[in-house]
Amino acid sequence: MNEITCKCGHVNPEGTELCLSCGRALTADAETKKTSDVMRYEGMARRSQTYKMSVIDKVWNFFSSVKVGVWLIFITLAASAIGTIFPQVIFIPPLEPPEVYYEDRYGFAGKIYYVLGFHDLYNSWWYLLLIAAIGTSIIIASLDRVVPLYKALKNQRVNRHVSFMKRQRVFTEYTVQQPAEKVIASIGDNLKKRRYRIREEDGHLLAEKGRFARWGPYVNHTGLIIFLIGGMLRFVPGMYVDEVLWIREGDTMPIPGTKQEYFLKNDGFTAEQYTAEEDSEVFGETINRVGAIAKNFQTDATLLKREEGTAIGDESKLTEVESHPIQVNQPFKFDNFALYQVDYRQDEIRSMSFDMVNKETEEALGSFEVDLFQPEDEYKLDDEHRVELMNFYPDFSGFEDGEPQTASPVPNNPAFLFKLYSPEKPDGEVAFIAIQESLEPLGENEFALKFSGIETRDVSGLTVRKDLTLWILGLGGAIFMIGVIQGAYWNHRRLWLKRTEDGKLLAAGHTNKNWFGLRKDLEYAFNGTGLAQPKDHMEENLNKKASGDVKEEKNNDTTS
Amino acid sequence: MTQLASISSTLLYVAFVLYLIATLFFGGSIKSKKHTNQTGKNRWATIAITITIIGFISQLGYFITRWIAAGHAPVSNLFEFITFFGMMLVAGFIIIYFIYRAHVLGVFALPIALLVIAYSSMFPRDISPLIPALQSDWLAIHVSTVAAGEAILAISFVAGLIYLLKDVDLTKKGKQTFWLEAVLFFIVIVAGFIVSTTAAQIAGYQSEFTYVNAEGQEQVEQFGLPALVVPHQGELMTEGNFASSIEMPAIVNAARLNTVIWSLISGTLIYLLIRLITRKSVSALLQPLVRRVNLNLMDEVGYRSVMIGFPVFTLGGLVFAMIWAQIAWTRFWGWDPKEVWALITWLFYAAFLHLRLSRGWEGNRSAWLAVIGFAIIMFNLVAVNLIIAGLHSYA
Ligand code: HEM
Repeated sequence: MNEITCKCGHVNPEGTELCLSCGRALTADAETKKTSDVMRYEGMARRSQTYKMSVIDKVWNFFSSVKVGVWLIFITLAASAIGTIFPQVIFIPPLEPPEVYYEDRYGFAGKIYYVLGFHDLYNSWWYLLLIAAIGTSIIIASLDRVVPLYKALKNQRVNRHVSFMKRQRVFTEYTVQQPAEKVIASIGDNLKKRRYRIREEDGHLLAEKGRFARWGPYVNHTGLIIFLIGGMLRFVPGMYVDEVLWIREGDTMPIPGTKQEYFLKNDGFTAEQYTAEEDSEVFGETINRVGAIAKNFQTDATLLKREEGTAIGDESKLTEVESHPIQVNQPFKFDNFALYQVDYRQDEIRSMSFDMVNKETEEALGSFEVDLFQPEDEYKLDDEHRVELMNFYPDFSGFEDGEPQTASPVPNNPAFLFKLYSPEKPDGEVAFIAIQESLEPLGENEFALKFSGIETRDVSGLTVRKDLTLWILGLGGAIFMIGVIQGAYWNHRRLWLKRTEDGKLLAAGHTNKNWFGLRKDLEYAFNGTGLAQPKDHMEENLNKKASGDVKEEKNNDTTS
Repeated sequence: MTQLASISSTLLYVAFVLYLIATLFFGGSIKSKKHTNQTGKNRWATIAITITIIGFISQLGYFITRWIAAGHAPVSNLFEFITFFGMMLVAGFIIIYFIYRAHVLGVFALPIALLVIAYSSMFPRDISPLIPALQSDWLAIHVSTVAAGEAILAISFVAGLIYLLKDVDLTKKGKQTFWLEAVLFFIVIVAGFIVSTTAAQIAGYQSEFTYVNAEGQEQVEQFGLPALVVPHQGELMTEGNFASSIEMPAIVNAARLNTVIWSLISGTLIYLLIRLITRKSVSALLQPLVRRVNLNLMDEVGYRSVMIGFPVFTLGGLVFAMIWAQIAWTRFWGWDPKEVWALITWLFYAAFLHLRLSRGWEGNRSAWLAVIGFAIIMFNLVAVNLIIAGLHSYA
């Protein structure tokens, strides 16, 4: 390794810009750079700025560059925005095939959107790759900087070379009348009151405050990385459950994802709306304007657990654990699982009753009830009359080749094919009965069935969720917040005071941000010393510029 | 309760008027011959900030009384949310003012807050009950933190705008001159929206259309302004009202587009009128106000407000948002457009900080970034709700 020996005799590692001991600029390059750029990492050697040869170096340097990081952020940002132009595929109606939907609805633009894969952008490999690249960039960029920065700040010297002092943004050279020690001591005392830590060496002084703010970015980046790791764990089997449970009132069903360990009983579903009478009168106007507004969706549920030792599928030994309403915003939690109220279907037909009548005399011969979920083959009305259920179509959708069809097993539109037996018709008469439709396919009948009643119930749509990654995400989020606050609400401020051999007093100040705050501290510190506070040269320049004297300092982007 | 609700509206109105008066006093303070640096104590400015604070307390009164009347935090529809954002903007201004005491900030921040509050009152103002998805303490926690964060970030826009008005050389034609004027033109368009909507509301104009929506169902749509465009297969039901024959496809919300067109027309008219009367661009018109501004100070104010606002926004817009989404929608993140735009805002300000910190983007460039950041916030606040419908679309 090539080491650099400073004029002061200190030996610095290769790549160092400012001598670790006295702060002299070690290279011509460091001399010409903007002070704020050199000072950012205290002039320390960084791997990315020192080694540039091997493939590993190149990859390292690529990812450690903030320029690259910012580009990655901007590309991700732009891509994310494109993903909101049309709805993502998860938001389109579930029964519509996406290849048709986008073109149908949004025309040519929609087609392009679909073909390019923007309809499922956030799951696309390249979007995930972007996030991964940002993650890599954060890790490498942080490591590249935090280690040297830590070393530099830990080993700070009090006494700095004149050239180091002179190039600081806040700097003044004073000729002091009174003994310099007294002035230094008084400034030190003042700064102590502002909670600076004071170090003195050979009559020189370093006052420092808020160093821990410098770790803010690294803490917040660590939080981000933990968060991203948490996001990846989602794909590890067993960490994440996302199931849907449609459960009818009165039913008991195994909770999906629990390996039949837990069962849920639906004790009843309620949907309520705001009414102008019952609820606060101030809502009246809105209700008049927009119509009914939902107030509450609630499933009263009982959690049951299969007794230990019983076989899977054996539902006879269930013990009640807990009864609890499930509402929107109030999930039912148990054993890492949470049940959410997300959907419902109201008034699903549960059973229907019929009367058998003699068409001519209108004499009622008896009635029966068909439980749509457990239809029987035959219903006896009395000793002489019975009805055979030949076929049941829960979701009748019309005839095909003369045969009744059912669209689904859900009783949305029940239809029945009955055979009616009576002493008069011992061979039976066939009747097809649907809601608003009655047919006698094999000729005119003597007897008929009439709907006499209907019983309905609601169905609750619940989401079953387990997410064992949440605590990691929470941890990442918390660390991120601590880090940003640490870096944003505190600043690292320093003041160096140096006595030169010819009896001058040099004062230089630096802060990583908030120069206004530093100036206030210095104003306070120099108060009563008889010296004016050190000048902020940038402030001066800009004030001059304000009156048109000085051209703006060129923005030279020197760091990467 | 209805009485309380009406007290509440009055308090908001009072706050609005007070902000207006305070703006004038801030204007006076920067003209003051005695204080050429436009900072520090000055009688005009003291009066101005006092009135601002009284206005803020009055608006706080609006907020509290409305909360009591409604029984929930009044941040549940567009009117309430944007008004609250305006209130936070004033709060952010007050905080930054007491740190830096830069009077010129008031001259720009308060009019923007006024515009925001006026804008919000174009939406239905009645108190609405909460749908189940919003019935949570997280509504108040999440929404108020987001609004506070965005408002503090918006102060950086105010500082950036002041910076640019002074820094950009308007005598030369160029990109910066053009875009600066474009930003101001856009602000005038918002004023156009307020003017045309208010005029129509005062006149009691309202027409009703039946139309066929994208799902092929027949629906009814209200137009608050004469219909320059009509909805898909739209039929005017209100006799005597105006309806053009330009029909929109089903996926376009014609009523909203109509409002946008009206805002553009009236905004452009106002803009042209200003230029005709003063014979100056709006930027040039405002420039005298910032002549004595200290650019370095404005740059610091801009950066500082991003530094203060970024953590608050992260907390409200991402952390609290995710916690609530996990409770209400079963998952902490679902790529809903509003969520995505919060992420975009956050990424943008992260990029802002990195550019500034590591690439030396200070001064002029930083000011432009602050303007763009505010545009993104406004887009998320307004356009995402009105154009891109998602779970968040209020009302
Ligand atoms: C979305 C992702 C990111 C967020 C939210 C984030 C956040 C932050 C914040 C808040 C700061 C402090 C800024 C300031 O104090 O002005 C910071 C600093 C920094 N970030 Fe990031 N960052 C992200 C991604 C990245 C990436 C991809 C890189 C890679 C190059 C990176 C490299 C840095 C560096 C080098 C610093 C300066 C550290 C210092 O001053 O010592 N960041 N970041």
